[in-house]
Amino acid sequence: MFGSESKSERTEAPGGFLKRLRARLNRGNSWLTLDIAELVRGRAIDADILDELETRLLAADVGVEATQHILESLRQRVARRELADVDALIAALRATLTEILAPCARPLVIDPTHRPFVILVVGVNGSGKTTSIGKLAKRLTREGKSVMLAAGDTFRSAAVEQLEVWAMASGAAFAAQQAGADPGAVVFDALQSARARGIDVLMADTAGRLHNQSHLMAELKKVRRVLKRVDQSAPHEVLLVLDANQGQNALAQAVQFHEAIGVTGLVLTKLDGTAKGGIVIAIARKLGFPIRFIGIGEQAEDFEPFDAQAFVAALIESGPKTGAAS
Amino acid sequence: MFENLSARLTRTTEKLRGRGRITEDNIAEALREVRVALLEADVALPVIKSFIEAVKAKALGAEVSASLSPGQAFIGILHREMVELMGGARAGFSLRAQPPIVVLLAGLQGAGKTTTAAKLARWLIEREKKRVLLTSTDISRPAAILQLERLAGEVGAQFFRAPPAQSPAEIARAALDEARRGVFDILIVDTAGRLHVDEALMAEVRQIDALVSASERLFVVDAMAGQDAINAARAFGATLDLTGIVLTKADGDARGGAALSVRQVTGKPIVFMGVGEKTDALEPFDPERMASRILGMGDVVSLVEQVQREVTSDEATRIAQKVARGKGFDLADLKGQLEQVQKLGGMSSLLDKLPAAAGRRAVSADQGDREVRRQIAIINSMTQRERRQPGVIDGSRRRRIAGGAGVQVQDVNRLLKQFQDMQRMMKSMKGGHLRRLMGAFKGRLP
Ligand SMILES: Nc1nc2c(ncn2[C@@H]2O[C@H](COP(=O)(O)OP(=O)(O)OP(=O)(O)O)[C@@H](O)[C@H]2O)c(=O)[nH]1
Ligand SMILES: Nc1nc2c(ncn2[C@@H]2O[C@H](COP(=O)(O)OP(=O)(O)OP(=O)(O)O)[C@@H](O)[C@H]2O)c(=O)[nH]1
Ligand SMILES: [Mg+2]
Ligand SMILES: [Mg+2]
Repeated sequence: MFGSESKSERTEAPGGFLKRLRARLNRGNSWLTLDIAELVRGRAIDADILDELETRLLAADVGVEATQHILESLRQRVARRELADVDALIAALRATLTEILAPCARPLVIDPTHRPFVILVVGVNGSGKTTSIGKLAKRLTREGKSVMLAAGDTFRSAAVEQLEVWAMASGAAFAAQQAGADPGAVVFDALQSARARGIDVLMADTAGRLHNQSHLMAELKKVRRVLKRVDQSAPHEVLLVLDANQGQNALAQAVQFHEAIGVTGLVLTKLDGTAKGGIVIAIARKLGFPIRFIGIGEQAEDFEPFDAQAFVAALIESGPKTGAAS
Repeated sequence: MFENLSARLTRTTEKLRGRGRITEDNIAEALREVRVALLEADVALPVIKSFIEAVKAKALGAEVSASLSPGQAFIGILHREMVELMGGARAGFSLRAQPPIVVLLAGLQGAGKTTTAAKLARWLIEREKKRVLLTSTDISRPAAILQLERLAGEVGAQFFRAPPAQSPAEIARAALDEARRGVFDILIVDTAGRLHVDEALMAEVRQIDALVSASERLFVVDAMAGQDAINAARAFGATLDLTGIVLTKADGDARGGAALSVRQVTGKPIVFMGVGEKTDALEPFDPERMASRILGMGDVVSLVEQVQREVTSDEATRIAQKVARGKGFDLADLKGQLEQVQKLGGMSSLLDKLPAAAGRRAVSADQGDREVRRQIAIINSMTQRERRQPGVIDGSRRRRIAGGAGVQVQDVNRLLKQFQDMQRMMKSMKGGHLRRLMGAFKGRLP
């Protein structure tokens, strides 16, 4: 069901991909290039324009602290007369944002010396963990790797079956136990079986959990310990899945999941709506986690490595019209 | 990283003290603080703007009574305004329509629709003794139908499973027929998650609604949602004539400003709050609690009242004067202050009333309480003269005091060192206030 279509996309020129990405990312009204330019045509940079930029960043969930930091550096450059006009100002904003995010655009590299390479996927409820696993499995099997999915969410109703559908669609092996089983045991068995079968990548799904629920965070730590019992170096990647619709709480999620089990990469999902996911800028500044992938839809192919420039372009080139009013 | 709003407001409104009245000028800074706090709570910008206008209109010219500080008066206005905006309507369900009453749930992907469908069913079965039929029109997400079918079994509701290859609209229609045939009181229709910008899917949900003539159309929204919640809510509100909102995942530590945004932009009441993953984790919405939470006040309102009740104001004034003069504050006064903390129920009770984030950053409450007790014991084993003139406390006196209080000499040393720091700070503060002093001291507890 995913076959030929996605193959043609694969062979597309990079420019074409960028275009598609932009069209999908934040389908919103185009504003900066449009109304800001309109708003300020023939005017020098003044406080109103900077305020407008501030509004836009805040409306993209960038957060107060990061927004103030970004604006401060722009203000200083305006004061030093380094920015001649609005175009220069916008270019500077783009550069500042890219500077923050570019170091985080580090793709996930599957180290073949670890076999299986174990990826543990975590996050709050409904953020897109299971779907992202399915999408990544599809990607990896397409690259010719053998993949196994472990149904570590034994709590939520039909979570196992949901993952199983993704395993079938991607041709990945599937390891599960009955509902209510201990997630540690599921993952332990899966890792041993993946090892015996010479699987390249094992991805473990986990139940959604809010980071302030300490017993559930303790459960995650246990899953991690159990993995280590089989392979001291596992997990080789801990992916935290964040929903672009989330606001400032995502920063607390990042901090606390990291504290509990050590996050090594982020997936930012649901960027195909109008939410901007600007909180990753605050997360990038504070924690500097690599952002591995973005989710831009519900289908297997709606999943791409994070590209800082494309993300910034989408972030500052489109925005809700409401921002202009306030 | 950020002080909580009450602390900030107390500070910024301090200069209103003695003016008697709140004016445009003296309130500007406080309003800026409110704006920042609401942004951190994820209230949408346009909603913040109108909220601040409303608060300003109410606050201007308000008398600052002698008993309340301007900060407290202002916090009261903020809180009341927010409660008014979010409340004022029913919590729970209207069950008056002709059965089967149809309840339709809609919202973005992963918001919590399916879980909420099961929770509502359980609520209606257990509390209202209704016969409930559940159905899922989510034919796109893997295992979505099975998810609800299992949950239906768990809560004791009937589940309507459509024959395969039916469209969402067909399923809804067939489920309604089944509800009529089976004489169910209520039919709850779950829908697939959809983006508000997806025109085809928005048209689909409108069609489902038209076919089943739902009498409750609920928008399900995640309490962790950010600024964009306002756009989604507006679009769902325009597509479906919503009757209410369910706020999910409120058991997290998000401040939940989306609740205010969504309430404002749809004009529809928040009827329920999801507070956990289990099917019994559903509560009627409580605007008072939500307002405190969005404002980052924890239970500050009740704390303020308690402080006013318990702290004898003569004592507070006397100490404030000493502090203001920058001299005369001695260990006896410190003891008085520590006893006030105990009177208020100790650190643990105080911290409990503070917003979660602020509380977590502070010292552990137990530790704090133990330290307060220990410090009082140390001061108790001093002579009157030592309390008035701590300068006389030499090495042998320290050993004696430690013995009397049952603590180590280092504990006595630490208390004296803290006391010296406080005195120094008071001198440099000149004209400062007791509150700041207590703030400084609290930070020093181990
Ligand atoms: N539009 C869009 N929807 C997505 C994306 N990623 C996931 N979803 C949808 O979001 C919903 C939740 O996704 P799941 O993968 O079940 O989320 P989860 O984190 O596994 O959820 P729990 O296990 O219940 O905590 C589903 O309806 C997915 O189809 C994305 O990038 N864009
Ligand atoms: N902690 C907590 N989790 C919740 C709450 N409500 C729902 N969830 C969880 O959030 C996740 C998503 O819930 P679902 O009910 O599947 O969400 P949905 O809107 O039906 O998702 P889609 O159908 O994929 O769009 C699951 O893990 C639920 O257990 C709540 O009030 N608190
Ligand atoms: Mg899942
Ligand atoms: Mg669902």
